[in-house]
Amino acid sequence: MAYSDKVIDHYENPRNVGAMDKDAADVGTGMVGAPACGDVMRLQIKVSPDGVIEDAKFKTYGCGSAIASSSLVTEWMKGKTLDQALEIKNSQIAEELALPPVKIHCSVLAEDAIKAAIEDYKTKQSRA
Amino acid sequence: MTDYFALFGLPVGFAVDAEALALRYRDLQRAAHPDRYAGASERERLLSVQQASLINEGYRTLKDPLARAAYLLELNGITLSDTDTRMDPMFLMEQMELREALDAAPRAADPHAALDQVRGIAEATERRLVEELAALFQQGDAAALQQAPERLRKLQFMRKLLDEVDAREDDLAHGI
Repeated sequence: MAYSDKVIDHYENPRNVGAMDKDAADVGTGMVGAPACGDVMRLQIKVSPDGVIEDAKFKTYGCGSAIASSSLVTEWMKGKTLDQALEIKNSQIAEELALPPVKIHCSVLAEDAIKAAIEDYKTKQSRA
Repeated sequence: MTDYFALFGLPVGFAVDAEALALRYRDLQRAAHPDRYAGASERERLLSVQQASLINEGYRTLKDPLARAAYLLELNGITLSDTDTRMDPMFLMEQMELREALDAAPRAADPHAALDQVRGIAEATERRLVEELAALFQQGDAAALQQAPERLRKLQFMRKLLDEVDAREDDLAHGI
């Protein structure tokens, strides 16, 4: 399958790969997986006290499109408030990366990872 | 939809007699073989080809626990969704660790042993999931069947992981 230039760029130079302390109070971790292809994605965000995403890191095991989708959303999320980040839709990711229809689920995975990370952060905050 | 269980003369269920399935497959294949229809009409030949592909598809489905479970759920009106991305976080965490171990394997003191370890874990998990599926189908009520898709999704992950282990072993064998 032919990958778009943007997918290849993110695949070859993934942004923000890494891990944060998942037990830290200001870190939210989202874990999602796509059974059909066995992809696993971990997306982490570090949130400032006023609710802005200061940093984002990811680790994805999967195809080029899944890696590119998660790499792209870490770039997009930085500097956004949680509410703004929740507005990121898989269709925007798919459009930006020019994903073919069979790879749309990779962008769905990234959108779900955002939601899961924010949910994890909010759960932690409500407990604190 | 043709019921594969009926086609192979087997009782509907997750527990399949592998020997009976293989024997029946051989018989059906022989009966539907295109060579037997060499002198037949165009229509009969076409039907025999369709029948042969149905038999192959049925055999493939009933033989493999994953495909069989998915098929049984389908018969019960439960279709699996590919876009169901939320899973048991503990399971996903383990998947992440297993993938990390796979990535680190080539740099291990004994790469083959490192790969074998991941394979062992994946195969053990696969066996456990198949046993759990068997128990759920044995129970057979709606509550039990609702729990089956989650096991199936996990099983799909194990299959992919085992594919990855195979690919890494190939790489090692070829000195990549």
